[in-house]
Amino acid sequence: MLIKRREFLQLGSLATSSFLVPKFLKAFEGAGKLETGNKVLVVLQLSGGNDGLNTVIPVRNDIYYRERPKLGIAKNKSLTLSSEAGIHPELTCLKALYDEGNLAILNQVGYPNPDRSHFRSMDIWQTASGSNEYRNTGWIGRWLDAQCDHCDKPTQALEIDDMLSLALSGDRMKGIALHDPARLYNASRDPFFRQILQSGNAHPAADSNNYLFQVMAETISGADYIFEQSKLHPSLAAYPDTEIGKRFKTIASLICSGINTRVYYLSLGSFDTHVNQEDRQQKLFVELNAAIQAFVSDLKSNHRFHEVMLMTFSEFGRRVAQNASGGTDHGTASNMFLISGALKKAGLLNGMPDLSNLSDGDLQYQLDFRSVYATILNKWLDADDGKILGAKFEQMDFI
Amino acid sequence: MRDQRKNQHLLWRAGFGPSADQFKQIRNQSSGKLFRSMLEACQKAPVLFDVADSGLKAMVMAARNNPFPQRRNFSPEEKKDLRKQSVQDIKILNVRWLQEMTDTDAQLREKMSLFWHGHFASKTANIFYDQELLNIIRQHALGNFRDLLFSVSKSASMIQFLNNNQNRKDHPNENFARELMELFTLGRGNYTEQDVKESARAFTGWGTRLAGGFEFRERQHDAGGKIFLGRTGNLSGDDILEILLGEKQTAIFITRKIYRFFVNDQADENRVSELATAFYDNGYDIQKLMESIFSSDWFYDDINIGAHIKSPVEWIVGIRRQLPQDIGNPEVQVLLQRLLGQVLFNPPNVAGWPGGKHWIDSSSLMLRLRFPQIMYSADTILATPKDDDDLMMGLLEESARRRREMNRAGQIIHTRIHWETCTDQFRESKEEYLIPDIRQWLLQCGTAINNDSLKNFLNLSGRDNLIQSAIIRIMSTPEYQLC
Repeated sequence: MLIKRREFLQLGSLATSSFLVPKFLKAFEGAGKLETGNKVLVVLQLSGGNDGLNTVIPVRNDIYYRERPKLGIAKNKSLTLSSEAGIHPELTCLKALYDEGNLAILNQVGYPNPDRSHFRSMDIWQTASGSNEYRNTGWIGRWLDAQCDHCDKPTQALEIDDMLSLALSGDRMKGIALHDPARLYNASRDPFFRQILQSGNAHPAADSNNYLFQVMAETISGADYIFEQSKLHPSLAAYPDTEIGKRFKTIASLICSGINTRVYYLSLGSFDTHVNQEDRQQKLFVELNAAIQAFVSDLKSNHRFHEVMLMTFSEFGRRVAQNASGGTDHGTASNMFLISGALKKAGLLNGMPDLSNLSDGDLQYQLDFRSVYATILNKWLDADDGKILGAKFEQMDFI
Repeated sequence: MRDQRKNQHLLWRAGFGPSADQFKQIRNQSSGKLFRSMLEACQKAPVLFDVADSGLKAMVMAARNNPFPQRRNFSPEEKKDLRKQSVQDIKILNVRWLQEMTDTDAQLREKMSLFWHGHFASKTANIFYDQELLNIIRQHALGNFRDLLFSVSKSASMIQFLNNNQNRKDHPNENFARELMELFTLGRGNYTEQDVKESARAFTGWGTRLAGGFEFRERQHDAGGKIFLGRTGNLSGDDILEILLGEKQTAIFITRKIYRFFVNDQADENRVSELATAFYDNGYDIQKLMESIFSSDWFYDDINIGAHIKSPVEWIVGIRRQLPQDIGNPEVQVLLQRLLGQVLFNPPNVAGWPGGKHWIDSSSLMLRLRFPQIMYSADTILATPKDDDDLMMGLLEESARRRREMNRAGQIIHTRIHWETCTDQFRESKEEYLIPDIRQWLLQCGTAINNDSLKNFLNLSGRDNLIQSAIIRIMSTPEYQLC
């Protein structure tokens, strides 16, 4: 007898007729709603190396204007944050959040012995490894691992993309990547797949077979659960008709549905502005700004803004001096934004970048990104940051 | 059917799986005989790949043949052309190699090359570098590890990728020396930081130019005294390589990696030790090592059969061998590789691809399970791979436009499957054994779906339709991901 769709969907649980449910699917029993007060993290990855200096602008620093005669953004063109800092003119939403006290800015965030290769540095940020280490698991993946074994909540970390990033890949657990709930649901609804799960794993002692069935069961049940949840409380707010706008809308809908997801991951790119930076970065910032604006507004009207932390990062910043092609080349440290209604400390948390102490023309990091991760893991996600990151990093006090 | 299962196991591990025209052979031949014929097919030297654009080739030859060494370089426009065209040509090389893996009788050589390609992982934006390194690997894949190590270390690709061009007397760059020991020979924990520093000095002066070719730059070489792994002397780069080969640990490290790739993810240390000793004693003869493995009884232990999760490349080529087809847009295979997490010539880092369970997550598994159906109905893959800035290198606008176009039209695979060849194999199968025969051909471990349940999902209107739909359905199972 085939497991009917309805049975898959009750609270995301498959427990109605337990004697029909294959053993590994029992793990879904009790996958309840997200407990109130559970905080949500949204990680927005700016891929390609966003130029931090033209994002949060050192408007009083002569070195900046000297090194960027063409590319430097004039003080009167930027949006004023403080006497020392302006923000890129397109980021009006961030300016508003700053004024409200709902935006924390961290400058010069990086790590020792920076790597200027995209794939290497992105791996370092996603795996929270040292510059000379190679780790095969991501920091959010390891957070999933630490939550529980054969957890009843494999939908705790979702990536809104077709492919899963290393960041969400743990040893035993992996997040689920979906472009949108409907597409994942359509991809997984073939009754043949349900039959496969119904018939079960013929070799439960074999490690590889077990793993394949586990991922398959989690994906298909996860797909049902996510799809049903996404229909419970679809966002009615207006979002920009861009890829990133749609992804934020999906995330908002899921957050407001009460789904048990605690971490969302998405990316925007490419910020790799070797050439023609002004136009390229501006275009991306227009998209970014509109999407964040809609997202924050949506969360506020649903009274969720204080339960959500939106964190942005990029795998590196760019060199202080402009290059000969109207752009900048790969650099080192850059900024991170933290947006939430629950910030204890907001504004420019660690001052403006020090342009007089460069290393071979590049910024030297002032804050190790793993401190930010550690703080969020510990205080926002109630997790053992030392275990997940493999070392203790200094806790910060923005939350 | 015991021989069939063993033979399939051999073909999946020592090659890329059984091909449609080997159906009779694997049911009638002994594994020993089958392996000998696989070895025989590898005796002929490989035909080297040469896919670079002819305009580029002319440019490179001119630069290489310039009588003044310091002028063997390119102008800024030529550099830009080289980078841009290389992105295209590397895709062509990718597809070309997949074709070779699919068609060649020298399965063991190409499988071995895939292993070395992951072991000596490198990534460049230069078609000549990538091609040269691959050809070096294919030539020595079943030869001698010593020759392989020397040739790879002096290849333009490796020199550039691991920054040996920047490794100079008084300004050493340790990248190559470090990875050489950590990843290519001894493995972590078998050398000190001091060893890294000293050997980096020995490799100073090893260089290459954009046009390729190994150059020893005497003036940049630190010819002073060094201490490395306890040996002293004015050690050169060649000396370092010899010393590393002289360490038995190198044989152990390589053998263990080979065992995990070809036999079982969980290495049996006793067997590894035995194999490594022989490998070391016979002077690093790779073919002999592989012969020992594939002619051992334990290779065919139940615990090894069906234990390996196919890598994206093994999975793609395996399907093509079992389901021969003409792919109208073969570059779609590069998209598939990207969506599944393994693009040839694009390893995630110098440690290569971790493999095993890392291949499988919700997205990659769903794509593997759905792909046979997609292929069958020439459906659309509605998926967008992530941007790869290293690959894109400023070509983003163009590729984004291309992607938008493709997504509008639907990313369609154009393929024509040679169904006659496939259905023909089962011509002699009795009615009640037809589905079991198909299962045995496709799967290395059993599935729990019984034949009656399976029939609910098949096209029962005629024998050919039954066979076709059965093949497609059985390929769409978790078990098909294993070999």
